Amino acid sequence: MARITKEEVLHVARLARLELSDDDVAKFQEQLSDILEAVSKVSELDLSDVPPTAHPLAIANAWAEDVPRDCLPLDDVFANAPDRDGDYFRTPPA
Amino acid sequence: MTVDTLRLSAEEANRLVTQGEVSSDELYRAYLDAIGERDPELHAFLYVCENDPGEGIPIAIKDVIGTRGIPTTAGSKILESYVPVYDATVIANCRKRGLRVIGKTNTDEFAMGSSTENSAFGPSHNPWDPTRVPGGSGGGSAAAVSAGLAPWALGSDTGGSIKQPAALCGHVGLRPTYGTVSRYGVVAFASSLDQVGPVARNVRDCAFLYSVISGRDTNDSTTVDVPRVELPTADDLKGLRIGVPKEMNGAEGIESGVTAAVQSALERAESLGASVEECSLPRSVDYGVACYYLIAPAEASANLARYDGVRYGLRDDGADFREMVMRTRDAGFGDEPKRRIMIGAYALSAGYYDAYYGTAQKVRTVIKREHDELFERFDVLVSPTSPTVAFPIGAKIDDPVAMYMNDVLTIPSCMAGLPGMNIPCGLSEGLPVGLQLIGPQFGENTIFRAGHALEQAIGFDVVPERLR
Repeated sequence: MARITKEEVLHVARLARLELSDDDVAKFQEQLSDILEAVSKVSELDLSDVPPTAHPLAIANAWAEDVPRDCLPLDDVFANAPDRDGDYFRTPPA
Repeated sequence: MTVDTLRLSAEEANRLVTQGEVSSDELYRAYLDAIGERDPELHAFLYVCENDPGEGIPIAIKDVIGTRGIPTTAGSKILESYVPVYDATVIANCRKRGLRVIGKTNTDEFAMGSSTENSAFGPSHNPWDPTRVPGGSGGGSAAAVSAGLAPWALGSDTGGSIKQPAALCGHVGLRPTYGTVSRYGVVAFASSLDQVGPVARNVRDCAFLYSVISGRDTNDSTTVDVPRVELPTADDLKGLRIGVPKEMNGAEGIESGVTAAVQSALERAESLGASVEECSLPRSVDYGVACYYLIAPAEASANLARYDGVRYGLRDDGADFREMVMRTRDAGFGDEPKRRIMIGAYALSAGYYDAYYGTAQKVRTVIKREHDELFERFDVLVSPTSPTVAFPIGAKIDDPVAMYMNDVLTIPSCMAGLPGMNIPCGLSEGLPVGLQLIGPQFGENTIFRAGHALEQAIGFDVVPERLR
Protein backbone atom coordinates (compact mmCIF):
# COMPACT_ATOMS: atom_id res chain seq x y z
CA MET A 1 0.00 0.00 0.00
CA ALA A 2 1.05 3.59 -0.62
CA ARG A 3 3.20 5.32 1.97
CA ILE A 4 1.69 8.52 3.33
CA THR A 5 3.07 11.76 2.00
CA LYS A 6 4.66 14.65 3.84
CA GLU A 7 1.54 16.70 3.04
CA GLU A 8 -0.67 14.06 4.65
CA VAL A 9 1.47 14.09 7.80
CA LEU A 10 1.11 17.87 7.97
CA HIS A 11 -2.64 17.53 7.35
CA VAL A 12 -3.21 15.08 10.24
CA ALA A 13 -0.88 17.12 12.45
CA ARG A 14 -3.08 20.15 11.78
CA LEU A 15 -6.22 18.11 12.49
CA ALA A 16 -4.61 17.00 15.74
CA ARG A 17 -3.38 20.52 16.57
CA LEU A 18 0.26 19.52 16.69
CA GLU A 19 2.99 21.87 15.49
CA LEU A 20 5.72 19.52 14.27
CA SER A 21 9.34 20.36 13.57
CA ASP A 22 10.71 19.44 10.11
CA ASP A 23 12.71 16.55 11.61
CA ASP A 24 9.58 15.24 13.26
CA VAL A 25 7.63 15.40 10.02
CA ALA A 26 10.22 13.18 8.30
CA LYS A 27 10.37 10.74 11.23
CA PHE A 28 6.60 10.46 11.58
CA GLN A 29 6.12 10.08 7.82
CA GLU A 30 8.22 6.92 8.04
CA GLN A 31 6.70 5.58 11.28
CA LEU A 32 3.07 6.41 10.49
CA SER A 33 3.47 4.70 7.11
CA ASP A 34 4.74 1.53 8.84
CA ILE A 35 1.87 1.61 11.33
CA LEU A 36 -0.80 2.23 8.68
CA GLU A 37 0.60 -0.61 6.62
CA ALA A 38 0.34 -2.94 9.62
CA VAL A 39 -3.20 -1.89 10.59
CA SER A 40 -4.48 -2.03 7.01
CA LYS A 41 -4.66 -5.78 7.59
CA VAL A 42 -8.23 -5.21 8.83
CA SER A 43 -9.32 -4.73 5.20
CA GLU A 44 -8.49 -8.37 4.32
CA LEU A 45 -11.66 -9.80 5.87
CA ASP A 46 -15.08 -10.06 4.25
CA LEU A 47 -17.20 -8.00 6.65
CA SER A 48 -20.23 -7.34 4.45
CA ASP A 49 -22.79 -8.76 6.94
CA VAL A 50 -21.01 -7.78 10.14
CA PRO A 51 -22.35 -4.90 12.24
CA PRO A 52 -19.86 -2.60 14.00
CA THR A 53 -19.10 -2.81 17.75
CA ALA A 54 -18.53 0.50 19.49
CA HIS A 55 -18.68 -0.78 23.04
CA PRO A 56 -18.26 -4.31 24.46
CA LEU A 57 -21.22 -4.39 26.88
CA ALA A 58 -24.85 -4.81 25.87
CA ILE A 59 -26.05 -1.82 27.88
CA ALA A 60 -27.81 1.30 26.71
CA ASN A 61 -29.21 4.33 28.50
CA ALA A 62 -27.76 4.22 31.99
CA TRP A 63 -30.25 6.28 33.93
CA ALA A 64 -29.47 8.13 37.15
CA GLU A 65 -31.70 10.09 39.49
CA ASP A 66 -31.69 13.77 38.53
CA VAL A 67 -30.68 15.14 41.91
CA PRO A 68 -28.96 18.53 42.30
CA ARG A 69 -25.61 18.34 44.06
CA ASP A 70 -22.67 20.61 44.78
CA CYS A 71 -20.12 21.19 42.06
CA LEU A 72 -16.46 22.01 42.59
CA PRO A 73 -15.71 25.36 44.28
CA LEU A 74 -14.34 27.90 41.77
CA ASP A 75 -10.93 28.01 43.43
CA ASP A 76 -10.62 24.27 42.86
CA VAL A 77 -11.73 24.64 39.27
CA PHE A 78 -8.98 27.18 38.67
CA ALA A 79 -6.36 25.50 40.85
CA ASN A 80 -4.51 24.02 37.84
CA ALA A 81 -5.23 26.80 35.36
CA PRO A 82 -2.18 28.22 33.52
CA ASP A 83 -3.78 31.68 33.54
CA ARG A 84 -6.85 33.16 35.19
CA ASP A 85 -8.70 36.43 35.02
CA GLY A 86 -11.24 36.53 37.85
CA ASP A 87 -13.75 33.79 37.15
CA TYR A 88 -12.45 33.20 33.61
CA PHE A 89 -9.65 31.17 32.07
CA ARG A 90 -7.43 33.63 30.24
CA THR A 91 -5.93 32.67 26.85
CA PRO A 92 -4.19 34.48 23.99
CA PRO A 93 -6.65 36.13 21.57
CA ALA A 94 -8.48 33.89 19.12
CA MET B 1 8.60 -6.71 64.89
CA THR B 2 10.47 -6.34 61.61
CA VAL B 3 8.39 -6.46 58.50
CA ASP B 4 9.81 -8.27 55.46
CA THR B 5 8.04 -6.35 52.71
CA LEU B 6 9.46 -8.70 50.06
CA ARG B 7 7.50 -11.62 51.49
CA LEU B 8 4.40 -9.96 52.95
CA SER B 9 1.05 -10.46 51.21
CA ALA B 10 -1.61 -7.76 51.54
CA GLU B 11 -3.83 -10.24 53.39
CA GLU B 12 -1.09 -10.92 55.95
CA ALA B 13 -0.20 -7.22 56.21
CA ASN B 14 -3.84 -6.46 56.89
CA ARG B 15 -3.96 -9.16 59.57
CA LEU B 16 -0.87 -7.72 61.28
CA VAL B 17 -2.45 -4.27 61.42
CA THR B 18 -5.97 -5.32 62.47
CA GLN B 19 -4.61 -7.57 65.22
CA GLY B 20 -2.33 -4.78 66.44
CA GLU B 21 0.93 -6.66 65.87
CA VAL B 22 2.18 -3.80 63.70
CA SER B 23 0.73 -0.31 63.60
CA SER B 24 -0.45 1.18 60.33
CA ASP B 25 2.29 3.82 60.63
CA GLU B 26 5.03 1.23 61.26
CA LEU B 27 3.92 -0.75 58.23
CA TYR B 28 3.79 2.39 56.07
CA ARG B 29 7.31 3.30 57.16
CA ALA B 30 8.59 -0.20 56.39
CA TYR B 31 7.43 0.25 52.80
CA LEU B 32 8.91 3.78 52.65
CA ASP B 33 12.22 2.26 53.79
CA ALA B 34 11.99 -0.39 51.06
CA ILE B 35 11.32 2.37 48.51
CA GLY B 36 14.30 4.34 49.83
CA GLU B 37 16.50 1.25 49.48
CA ARG B 38 15.42 -0.17 46.13
CA ASP B 39 13.61 2.52 44.14
CA PRO B 40 16.73 4.49 43.15
CA GLU B 41 17.60 1.46 41.01
CA LEU B 42 14.08 0.57 39.84
CA HIS B 43 12.37 3.96 39.35
CA ALA B 44 8.97 2.41 40.01
CA PHE B 45 7.65 5.62 41.56
CA LEU B 46 7.14 9.09 40.10
CA TYR B 47 6.00 10.43 43.46
CA VAL B 48 6.25 9.04 46.99
CA CYS B 49 3.79 10.16 49.70
CA GLU B 50 5.49 10.80 53.01
CA ASN B 51 2.42 10.17 55.15
CA ASP B 52 -0.93 9.61 53.45
CA PRO B 53 -3.80 9.40 55.96
CA GLY B 54 -5.62 6.16 56.84
CA GLU B 55 -5.66 3.31 59.35
CA GLY B 56 -4.95 0.43 57.00
CA ILE B 57 -2.20 -0.85 54.76
CA PRO B 58 -0.44 0.97 51.91
CA ILE B 59 -1.26 0.81 48.22
CA ALA B 60 0.66 2.09 45.18
CA ILE B 61 -1.32 3.84 42.45
CA LYS B 62 -0.53 4.05 38.76
CA ASP B 63 -0.05 7.69 37.87
CA VAL B 64 -2.99 7.81 35.46
CA ILE B 65 -5.40 7.55 38.41
CA GLY B 66 -6.38 10.89 39.94
CA THR B 67 -5.50 11.43 43.61
CA ARG B 68 -6.67 14.55 45.41
CA GLY B 69 -3.75 16.76 46.43
CA ILE B 70 -1.19 14.27 45.07
CA PRO B 71 0.43 14.97 41.67
CA THR B 72 -0.96 12.91 38.79
CA THR B 73 1.11 13.18 35.61
CA ALA B 74 0.08 10.21 33.42
CA GLY B 75 3.81 9.98 32.69
CA SER B 76 3.53 13.13 30.55
CA LYS B 77 5.20 16.52 30.57
CA ILE B 78 1.84 18.02 29.62
CA LEU B 79 0.52 17.07 33.11
CA GLU B 80 3.81 17.50 34.99
CA SER B 81 2.40 20.12 37.35
CA TYR B 82 -1.16 18.76 37.58
CA VAL B 83 -2.55 18.16 41.07
CA PRO B 84 -6.12 16.76 41.03
CA VAL B 85 -8.74 18.50 43.14
CA TYR B 86 -10.78 15.33 43.63
CA ASP B 87 -10.17 11.59 44.08
CA ALA B 88 -11.01 9.06 41.40
CA THR B 89 -13.84 6.75 42.51
CA VAL B 90 -11.41 3.83 42.86
CA ILE B 91 -9.28 5.95 45.22
CA ALA B 92 -12.36 6.94 47.24
CA ASN B 93 -13.24 3.22 47.47
CA CYS B 94 -9.72 2.40 48.70
CA ARG B 95 -9.88 5.19 51.27
CA LYS B 96 -13.20 3.85 52.63
CA ARG B 97 -11.29 0.67 53.48
CA GLY B 98 -8.48 2.61 55.17
CA LEU B 99 -5.93 2.05 52.40
CA ARG B 100 -3.14 4.64 52.29
CA VAL B 101 -1.59 5.82 49.04
CA ILE B 102 2.18 5.28 49.31
CA GLY B 103 3.00 6.77 45.95
CA LYS B 104 2.26 7.17 42.27
CA THR B 105 3.85 4.68 39.93
CA ASN B 106 5.56 5.16 36.60
CA THR B 107 3.73 4.52 33.35
CA ASP B 108 4.23 4.92 29.64
CA GLU B 109 2.92 8.36 28.73
CA PHE B 110 -0.89 8.24 28.84
CA ALA B 111 -0.56 4.47 29.33
CA MET B 112 0.59 4.11 25.72
CA GLY B 113 3.30 1.48 25.59
CA SER B 114 4.52 -1.94 26.66
CA SER B 115 7.76 -1.11 28.48
CA THR B 116 7.47 2.23 30.42
CA GLU B 117 10.15 3.55 28.05
CA ASN B 118 7.57 6.05 26.79
CA SER B 119 7.36 7.72 30.21
CA ALA B 120 8.44 11.37 29.97
CA PHE B 121 10.28 10.81 33.27
CA GLY B 122 12.45 7.85 32.23
CA PRO B 123 11.83 4.08 32.27
CA SER B 124 11.30 1.78 35.23
CA HIS B 125 13.50 -1.27 35.60
CA ASN B 126 12.59 -4.92 36.05
CA PRO B 127 13.34 -6.12 39.61
CA TRP B 128 14.49 -9.51 38.22
CA ASP B 129 17.07 -7.83 35.98
CA PRO B 130 17.34 -4.02 36.01
CA THR B 131 18.77 -3.96 32.48
CA ARG B 132 15.36 -5.17 31.27
CA VAL B 133 11.94 -3.53 31.01
CA PRO B 134 9.23 -4.27 33.59
CA GLY B 135 6.60 -4.26 30.83
CA GLY B 136 4.05 -1.56 30.33
CA SER B 137 2.30 0.57 30.48
CA GLY B 138 1.92 -0.26 34.20
CA GLY B 139 5.58 -1.15 34.69
CA GLY B 140 5.87 1.07 37.76
CA SER B 141 3.09 -0.67 39.67
CA ALA B 142 4.48 -4.04 38.57
CA ALA B 143 8.04 -3.27 39.67
CA ALA B 144 6.77 -1.85 42.98
CA VAL B 145 4.75 -4.95 43.87
CA SER B 146 7.42 -7.35 42.65
CA ALA B 147 10.20 -5.66 44.66
CA GLY B 148 8.17 -5.34 47.88
CA LEU B 149 7.78 -1.55 47.63
CA ALA B 150 4.01 -1.89 48.10
CA PRO B 151 1.85 -4.85 49.13
CA TRP B 152 -0.39 -4.25 46.13
CA ALA B 153 -1.22 -1.59 43.56
CA LEU B 154 -3.78 -0.31 41.11
CA GLY B 155 -3.09 -0.36 37.40
CA SER B 156 -5.06 0.42 34.27
CA ASP B 157 -5.35 -1.76 31.19
CA THR B 158 -6.38 -0.79 27.68
CA GLY B 159 -4.69 -3.52 25.64
CA GLY B 160 -2.57 -5.35 28.22
CA SER B 161 -1.09 -2.73 30.56
CA ILE B 162 -1.88 -4.70 33.74
CA LYS B 163 -1.48 -8.26 32.46
CA GLN B 164 1.75 -7.88 30.47
CA PRO B 165 3.80 -6.13 33.21
CA ALA B 166 2.53 -8.72 35.70
CA ALA B 167 3.86 -11.42 33.35
CA LEU B 168 7.24 -9.74 32.92
CA CYS B 169 7.68 -9.08 36.65
CA GLY B 170 6.25 -12.40 37.87
CA HIS B 171 3.14 -11.58 39.87
CA VAL B 172 -0.66 -11.41 39.57
CA GLY B 173 -2.62 -8.76 37.66
CA LEU B 174 -6.28 -8.65 36.67
CA ARG B 175 -7.84 -6.71 33.87
CA PRO B 176 -11.50 -6.84 34.95
CA THR B 177 -14.57 -7.16 32.73
CA TYR B 178 -15.26 -3.87 30.96
CA GLY B 179 -17.77 -1.90 33.03
CA THR B 180 -17.06 -3.43 36.43
CA VAL B 181 -14.69 -0.74 37.73
CA SER B 182 -15.31 3.01 37.55
CA ARG B 183 -13.02 5.19 35.43
CA TYR B 184 -14.27 8.43 37.03
CA GLY B 185 -11.16 10.50 37.79
CA VAL B 186 -8.88 8.30 35.66
CA VAL B 187 -6.94 9.90 32.79
CA ALA B 188 -8.74 8.66 29.67
CA PHE B 189 -6.89 6.89 26.86
CA ALA B 190 -9.38 4.76 24.88
CA SER B 191 -12.75 4.83 26.56
CA SER B 192 -14.30 1.69 25.04
CA LEU B 193 -11.30 -0.30 26.34
CA ASP B 194 -9.83 1.35 29.47
CA GLN B 195 -10.28 -0.59 32.73
CA VAL B 196 -8.72 -0.11 36.17
CA GLY B 197 -7.64 -3.28 37.93
CA PRO B 198 -5.63 -4.82 40.78
CA VAL B 199 -1.93 -5.69 40.78
CA ALA B 200 -0.99 -8.11 43.57
CA ARG B 201 1.40 -10.74 44.85
CA ASN B 202 -1.15 -13.55 44.82
CA VAL B 203 -4.63 -14.36 43.53
CA ARG B 204 -6.46 -13.92 46.85
CA ASP B 205 -5.06 -10.40 47.28
CA CYS B 206 -6.00 -9.66 43.68
CA ALA B 207 -9.57 -10.87 44.25
CA PHE B 208 -9.91 -8.89 47.47
CA LEU B 209 -8.66 -5.67 45.87
CA TYR B 210 -11.05 -6.24 42.96
CA SER B 211 -13.90 -6.46 45.48
CA VAL B 212 -12.80 -3.11 46.95
CA ILE B 213 -12.70 -1.17 43.68
CA SER B 214 -15.49 -2.73 41.62
CA GLY B 215 -19.16 -1.82 41.44
CA ARG B 216 -21.59 0.55 39.81
CA ASP B 217 -20.72 4.24 39.99
CA THR B 218 -23.19 6.92 38.97
CA ASN B 219 -20.20 9.04 37.88
CA ASP B 220 -19.29 6.49 35.18
CA SER B 221 -22.31 5.52 33.12
CA THR B 222 -20.53 2.50 31.63
CA THR B 223 -20.39 0.75 35.03
CA VAL B 224 -22.79 -2.02 35.99
CA ASP B 225 -23.69 -4.03 39.07
CA VAL B 226 -21.07 -6.68 39.74
CA PRO B 227 -21.57 -10.26 41.01
CA ARG B 228 -20.41 -10.78 44.59
CA VAL B 229 -16.66 -11.51 44.66
CA GLU B 230 -15.71 -14.90 46.15
CA LEU B 231 -12.21 -15.16 47.62
CA PRO B 232 -10.80 -18.41 46.22
CA THR B 233 -10.00 -21.27 48.61
CA ALA B 234 -10.23 -24.52 46.63
CA ASP B 235 -7.00 -26.17 45.54
CA ASP B 236 -8.53 -28.43 42.88
CA LEU B 237 -9.94 -27.71 39.43
CA LYS B 238 -12.57 -30.46 39.27
CA GLY B 239 -15.09 -29.80 36.53
CA LEU B 240 -13.26 -26.80 35.08
CA ARG B 241 -13.24 -26.78 31.28
CA ILE B 242 -10.10 -25.14 29.93
CA GLY B 243 -9.88 -24.14 26.29
CA VAL B 244 -6.44 -23.68 24.74
CA PRO B 245 -6.74 -21.49 21.62
CA LYS B 246 -4.12 -22.88 19.25
CA GLU B 247 -3.47 -19.50 17.59
CA MET B 248 -2.65 -17.92 20.96
CA ASN B 249 -0.36 -20.75 21.96
CA GLY B 250 1.31 -21.17 18.58
CA ALA B 251 1.54 -17.52 17.54
CA GLU B 252 4.67 -16.40 15.72
CA GLY B 253 7.27 -14.99 18.08
CA ILE B 254 6.39 -16.99 21.21
CA GLU B 255 9.66 -18.03 22.85
CA SER B 256 10.17 -21.76 23.42
CA GLY B 257 10.79 -21.23 27.14
CA VAL B 258 7.43 -19.45 27.41
CA THR B 259 5.63 -22.28 25.61
CA ALA B 260 7.30 -24.87 27.85
CA ALA B 261 6.25 -23.14 31.09
CA VAL B 262 2.65 -22.73 29.92
CA GLN B 263 2.51 -26.38 28.75
CA SER B 264 3.74 -27.55 32.11
CA ALA B 265 1.06 -25.44 33.86
CA LEU B 266 -1.61 -26.98 31.62
CA GLU B 267 -0.43 -30.47 32.63
CA ARG B 268 -0.76 -29.44 36.28
CA ALA B 269 -4.26 -28.15 35.57
CA GLU B 270 -5.22 -31.57 34.20
CA SER B 271 -3.78 -33.30 37.22
CA LEU B 272 -5.89 -30.99 39.42
CA GLY B 273 -9.03 -32.26 37.67
CA ALA B 274 -9.57 -29.79 34.84
CA SER B 275 -10.32 -30.87 31.29
CA VAL B 276 -7.96 -29.30 28.78
CA GLU B 277 -8.92 -29.14 25.12
CA GLU B 278 -7.49 -27.32 22.11
CA CYS B 279 -9.77 -24.76 20.45
CA SER B 280 -9.48 -21.97 17.91
CA LEU B 281 -9.80 -18.20 17.62
CA PRO B 282 -9.10 -18.11 13.89
CA ARG B 283 -9.29 -14.37 13.30
CA SER B 284 -8.96 -12.78 16.77
CA VAL B 285 -5.21 -13.26 17.04
CA ASP B 286 -4.38 -12.50 13.40
CA TYR B 287 -6.46 -9.34 13.28
CA GLY B 288 -6.55 -8.24 16.94
CA VAL B 289 -3.49 -6.02 16.95
CA ALA B 290 -4.48 -4.23 13.72
CA CYS B 291 -8.02 -3.72 15.04
CA TYR B 292 -6.73 -2.40 18.37
CA TYR B 293 -4.21 -0.01 16.83
CA LEU B 294 -7.02 1.67 14.90
CA ILE B 295 -9.70 1.81 17.57
CA ALA B 296 -7.50 2.79 20.52
CA PRO B 297 -5.70 5.64 18.67
CA ALA B 298 -9.01 6.90 17.24
CA GLU B 299 -10.45 7.14 20.75
CA ALA B 300 -7.17 8.58 22.07
CA SER B 301 -7.17 11.33 19.45
CA ALA B 302 -10.55 12.45 20.79
CA ASN B 303 -9.69 12.01 24.48
CA LEU B 304 -6.38 13.85 24.24
CA ALA B 305 -7.98 16.82 22.48
CA ARG B 306 -8.66 18.19 25.99
CA TYR B 307 -4.97 19.05 26.50
CA ASP B 308 -5.13 22.54 25.05
CA GLY B 309 -3.26 24.63 27.63
CA VAL B 310 -6.43 26.34 28.83
CA ARG B 311 -7.87 24.74 31.97
CA TYR B 312 -4.96 22.70 33.37
CA GLY B 313 -1.59 21.32 32.39
CA LEU B 314 1.25 22.81 30.42
CA ARG B 315 0.88 25.99 28.39
CA ASP B 316 3.41 27.19 25.83
CA ASP B 317 3.52 30.70 24.37
CA GLY B 318 1.71 31.66 21.20
CA ALA B 319 0.70 34.88 19.50
CA ASP B 320 -2.87 33.65 19.17
CA PHE B 321 -5.03 30.87 20.61
CA ARG B 322 -4.42 28.35 17.85
CA GLU B 323 -0.66 28.82 17.92
CA MET B 324 -0.65 28.49 21.72
CA VAL B 325 -2.60 25.20 21.51
CA MET B 326 -0.39 23.73 18.78
CA ARG B 327 2.86 24.68 20.53
CA THR B 328 1.57 23.44 23.89
CA ARG B 329 0.71 20.05 22.43
CA ASP B 330 3.99 19.79 20.54
CA ALA B 331 5.97 20.64 23.68
CA GLY B 332 3.87 18.58 26.08
CA PHE B 333 3.31 15.27 24.28
CA GLY B 334 6.05 12.75 23.64
CA ASP B 335 6.44 10.80 20.40
CA GLU B 336 4.12 7.89 21.24
CA PRO B 337 1.03 10.01 22.06
CA LYS B 338 1.79 12.09 18.96
CA ARG B 339 1.93 8.97 16.80
CA ARG B 340 -1.32 7.64 18.21
CA ILE B 341 -3.15 10.96 18.01
CA MET B 342 -2.13 11.30 14.37
CA ILE B 343 -3.00 7.69 13.48
CA GLY B 344 -6.36 8.22 15.20
CA ALA B 345 -7.01 11.51 13.44
CA TYR B 346 -6.10 9.85 10.13
CA ALA B 347 -8.35 6.83 10.75
CA LEU B 348 -11.28 9.12 11.59
CA SER B 349 -10.70 11.70 8.87
CA ALA B 350 -12.98 12.29 5.89
CA GLY B 351 -12.30 9.75 3.16
CA TYR B 352 -10.60 7.22 5.45
CA TYR B 353 -13.21 6.69 8.17
CA ASP B 354 -14.96 3.70 6.55
CA ALA B 355 -11.73 2.03 5.43
CA TYR B 356 -10.03 2.26 8.80
CA TYR B 357 -12.14 3.04 11.87
CA GLY B 358 -15.42 1.66 10.50
CA THR B 359 -13.74 -1.55 9.34
CA ALA B 360 -11.94 -1.99 12.67
CA GLN B 361 -15.27 -1.75 14.51
CA LYS B 362 -16.61 -4.61 12.41
CA VAL B 363 -13.49 -6.68 13.07
CA ARG B 364 -14.16 -6.04 16.74
CA THR B 365 -17.54 -7.72 16.32
CA VAL B 366 -15.83 -10.74 14.72
CA ILE B 367 -13.42 -10.99 17.65
CA LYS B 368 -16.21 -10.73 20.21
CA ARG B 369 -18.30 -13.42 18.46
CA GLU B 370 -15.35 -15.82 18.28
CA HIS B 371 -14.83 -15.51 22.02
CA ASP B 372 -18.55 -15.77 22.81
CA GLU B 373 -18.71 -19.05 20.90
CA LEU B 374 -15.81 -20.54 22.84
CA PHE B 375 -17.40 -19.66 26.18
CA GLU B 376 -20.38 -21.86 25.27
CA ARG B 377 -17.96 -24.80 25.66
CA PHE B 378 -15.26 -23.57 28.05
CA ASP B 379 -15.05 -21.85 31.45
CA VAL B 380 -11.65 -20.27 30.87
CA LEU B 381 -9.18 -19.87 28.00
CA VAL B 382 -5.45 -20.21 28.64
CA SER B 383 -2.42 -18.87 26.78
CA PRO B 384 0.88 -17.16 27.48
CA THR B 385 0.32 -13.53 28.53
CA SER B 386 3.38 -12.21 26.70
CA PRO B 387 5.11 -13.97 23.81
CA THR B 388 8.47 -13.21 25.42
CA VAL B 389 10.05 -12.75 28.83
CA ALA B 390 11.22 -9.24 29.79
CA PHE B 391 13.31 -7.74 26.98
CA PRO B 392 16.31 -5.41 27.33
CA ILE B 393 15.65 -1.69 27.75
CA GLY B 394 16.13 -0.06 24.36
CA ALA B 395 15.57 -3.24 22.31
CA LYS B 396 12.30 -2.17 20.65
CA ILE B 397 11.95 1.53 21.34
CA ASP B 398 12.83 2.66 17.79
CA ASP B 399 10.39 0.28 16.11
CA PRO B 400 6.77 1.12 17.07
CA VAL B 401 5.29 -1.81 15.14
CA ALA B 402 7.57 -4.36 16.85
CA MET B 403 6.65 -2.82 20.22
CA TYR B 404 2.94 -3.13 19.40
CA MET B 405 3.36 -6.90 18.84
CA ASN B 406 4.12 -7.37 22.56
CA ASP B 407 0.37 -7.11 23.07
CA VAL B 408 -0.65 -9.71 20.48
CA LEU B 409 -1.93 -12.15 23.13
CA THR B 410 -3.50 -9.67 25.55
CA ILE B 411 -5.36 -7.54 23.01
CA PRO B 412 -8.04 -9.89 21.61
CA SER B 413 -9.89 -10.44 24.91
CA CYS B 414 -9.65 -6.69 25.68
CA MET B 415 -11.42 -5.94 22.40
CA ALA B 416 -14.20 -8.33 23.51
CA GLY B 417 -14.54 -6.68 26.95
CA LEU B 418 -13.48 -9.88 28.73
CA PRO B 419 -11.66 -10.26 32.04
CA GLY B 420 -8.14 -11.63 31.97
CA MET B 421 -5.63 -12.38 34.69
CA ASN B 422 -1.92 -13.09 34.65
CA ILE B 423 -0.38 -15.57 37.05
CA PRO B 424 3.31 -16.45 37.03
CA CYS B 425 3.88 -20.03 35.86
CA GLY B 426 7.64 -20.52 35.81
CA LEU B 427 10.97 -19.14 34.65
CA SER B 428 12.66 -19.02 31.27
CA GLU B 429 16.27 -17.84 31.12
CA GLY B 430 15.91 -16.83 34.77
CA LEU B 431 12.99 -14.49 34.04
CA PRO B 432 9.28 -14.93 34.87
CA VAL B 433 6.81 -16.40 32.39
CA GLY B 434 3.17 -15.32 32.66
CA LEU B 435 0.07 -17.41 32.04
CA GLN B 436 -3.09 -15.66 30.92
CA LEU B 437 -6.51 -16.86 32.11
CA ILE B 438 -9.42 -15.35 30.17
CA GLY B 439 -13.01 -15.69 31.31
CA PRO B 440 -16.43 -14.74 29.94
CA GLN B 441 -17.82 -11.31 30.85
CA PHE B 442 -18.30 -11.15 34.65
CA GLY B 443 -16.39 -14.44 34.99
CA GLU B 444 -13.90 -13.05 37.54
CA ASN B 445 -14.82 -15.59 40.23
CA THR B 446 -14.05 -18.49 37.87
CA ILE B 447 -10.72 -16.89 36.95
CA PHE B 448 -9.86 -16.40 40.63
CA ARG B 449 -10.71 -20.01 41.44
CA ALA B 450 -8.64 -21.36 38.55
CA GLY B 451 -5.77 -18.97 39.18
CA HIS B 452 -5.62 -19.72 42.90
CA ALA B 453 -5.57 -23.50 42.46
CA LEU B 454 -2.90 -23.28 39.76
CA GLU B 455 -0.86 -20.84 41.82
CA GLN B 456 -0.85 -23.27 44.78
CA ALA B 457 0.17 -26.18 42.55
CA ILE B 458 2.90 -24.25 40.71
CA GLY B 459 4.39 -22.75 43.87
CA PHE B 460 6.15 -19.92 42.02
CA ASP B 461 8.28 -17.71 44.28
CA VAL B 462 7.29 -14.13 43.39
CA VAL B 463 10.36 -12.62 45.08
CA PRO B 464 12.95 -11.85 42.36
CA GLU B 465 15.93 -14.19 42.74
CA ARG B 466 18.46 -11.38 43.05
CA LEU B 467 16.56 -9.86 45.99
CA ARG B 468 16.15 -13.09 48.00
